Amino acid sequence: MTATHTEVETPAPTAAPPARPRRRRGSGLALLFLLPALAIFAVFVFYPLARSVILSFQGVDIVGRPGAFVGTANYARLFSDPGFVKVLGVTAGFTVLTVVPSIVGGLAIALLLQQKIRAIRFFRTAFALPFAFSVATASVVFQVLYNPASGVLNGLLSYLGVDPVRWLTNPTLALFSVALATVWMQIGYNLLVLSAGLGAMDEEVLEAARLDGASGLRLQRSIVLPLITPQLFFLVVTGTIHSLQSFGQIRILTRGGPEGNTTTLVYSIFEQAFDYNNSNFGYASAQALVLLLVVLVITAVQFGILERKVFYR
Amino acid sequence: MSGSTSTTSPTRRRTSRGPRRASAWTYVILGVLFVLVLFPAYYAVVGSFMGTADTNSFPPALWPTSGIHAENYSGVLRLIPLERQYLNSILQTGAITIGQVVTSALAAYAFVFLDLRWRGLWFALFLSTMMIPYESIIIPNYLFVSDAGLKDTIAGLALPFLATGFGTFLLRQSFLAFPTELRDAARVDGAGHLRFLTSILLPLSRPTLAALGIYSALSAWNMYFWPLLVTTRAQDQTVQIGIGQLQSSDADNPGMVLAGVMLALLPTLLLVVFGQRFIVRGLTAGAVK
Repeated sequence: MTATHTEVETPAPTAAPPARPRRRRGSGLALLFLLPALAIFAVFVFYPLARSVILSFQGVDIVGRPGAFVGTANYARLFSDPGFVKVLGVTAGFTVLTVVPSIVGGLAIALLLQQKIRAIRFFRTAFALPFAFSVATASVVFQVLYNPASGVLNGLLSYLGVDPVRWLTNPTLALFSVALATVWMQIGYNLLVLSAGLGAMDEEVLEAARLDGASGLRLQRSIVLPLITPQLFFLVVTGTIHSLQSFGQIRILTRGGPEGNTTTLVYSIFEQAFDYNNSNFGYASAQALVLLLVVLVITAVQFGILERKVFYR
Repeated sequence: MSGSTSTTSPTRRRTSRGPRRASAWTYVILGVLFVLVLFPAYYAVVGSFMGTADTNSFPPALWPTSGIHAENYSGVLRLIPLERQYLNSILQTGAITIGQVVTSALAAYAFVFLDLRWRGLWFALFLSTMMIPYESIIIPNYLFVSDAGLKDTIAGLALPFLATGFGTFLLRQSFLAFPTELRDAARVDGAGHLRFLTSILLPLSRPTLAALGIYSALSAWNMYFWPLLVTTRAQDQTVQIGIGQLQSSDADNPGMVLAGVMLALLPTLLLVVFGQRFIVRGLTAGAVK
């Protein structure tokens, strides 16, 4: 709407020549204001982006520095490496196992807290508490809880007569355990976002629906859910990307193991480039560009497809 | 659902406005979820005061049964140089927070109040930085910082994060809502751009600044991947890295490990309890159309 007004502000062409239109003034000052941010972006975002591409065509020399150009060898290796196919599978599994439960769980709590409840402020703050934990602190707490010999989880299971579980070293279980810790870290944030959305709902719409006889699950499904689709959509997009970027919990809890069963794309990049002094910067950069591509495609697809199903008021 | 008809009895009172009063079932489900979600946090707090007699028995105690072991807290300070790491974290977080607020405010000001050719293009360039996951460019950044001799320095920890597309976007939205009359009045009074920005615009944008500041501080304090790469010596590391390595350095005393977790957690815990409103505002800025 402001764009249309700028036309009016510009003096008519018949006006006296010395009165130059204000908006024709140079961009020098504006560029000066942009400069600090632009300089940081140039050095730490755009230059590295270009260098990532170059690195992905390079091999490594004997002292572990990026070396001779190897053409598309790193990319060829991506497609022929069964380990990398597994990495993609683990990444997809981890994403689903973290995004879906953390949104469903956050939504369930948000809907419960939406009702008239005693001590509502206490519950709200309490449920948001996991949000205070960083990836490192939450991972260390879960590491203590998961301890197979003296951890509380196995302690509680023992009361039910269940044998000790190797939460982080059992090949089939490890990914679920890391995902569970991740869901716990994420749920407080999802709750905050969804509660904000529910709080902003138009109470009159709900009242009208109630007068029409809608209640219980039907009210939630047909009225409340469509009203908070912008928040749900936001959480699906950011949650998926956030989940793809997970690193700390895998580093602390499993180091990608057992048998690479928790090695996600980001962890694989770390492993190839930095772990055990591997210094496979070229191969790791090729994987990093796959990550970039995946994130860009997911962003595009989610905005393209999901956006149409989102209810905007 | 067919079940919904049974709850809509004709005698139901329709006079109550607002959310319906919760049933007993709500409290039961809420209670179960409360225990499940809060248990790890509860155990972190309680466990940090437990001795090995409680934590290393099987099944382990769920509350202290062998006295309160506050010495876990002094013990963890002997285990890792947590005071130094705290200082490093504060310096890194401070530099990133101040840097992001300053660079974002300047850029947002240019986008809203200054003449700029190809404004849309420049802005798109800023927004594009938000779509690049930083893990995908972490290798060149590491090589750059390492070659520049910035490993194990605060500069190496903070420099790559001194500007943010998100912050610029957030402040631009806030500046756009600024009344033009106020801006014109300031100009008539002879206030230059920097003067207007620092003494009128920013003070009036405090809620947004607070949201951005808290968001920047939280993400900087909690950062893990980058500090892990660019720090090697314990006294140069941040709190998060120190805590992450606690378990491997003393697995025999979970109480001490959890005491370290509590110490690392303190600043963010205070933020979440007292600054929740700003956090929601900052973090959901993208969720509202």
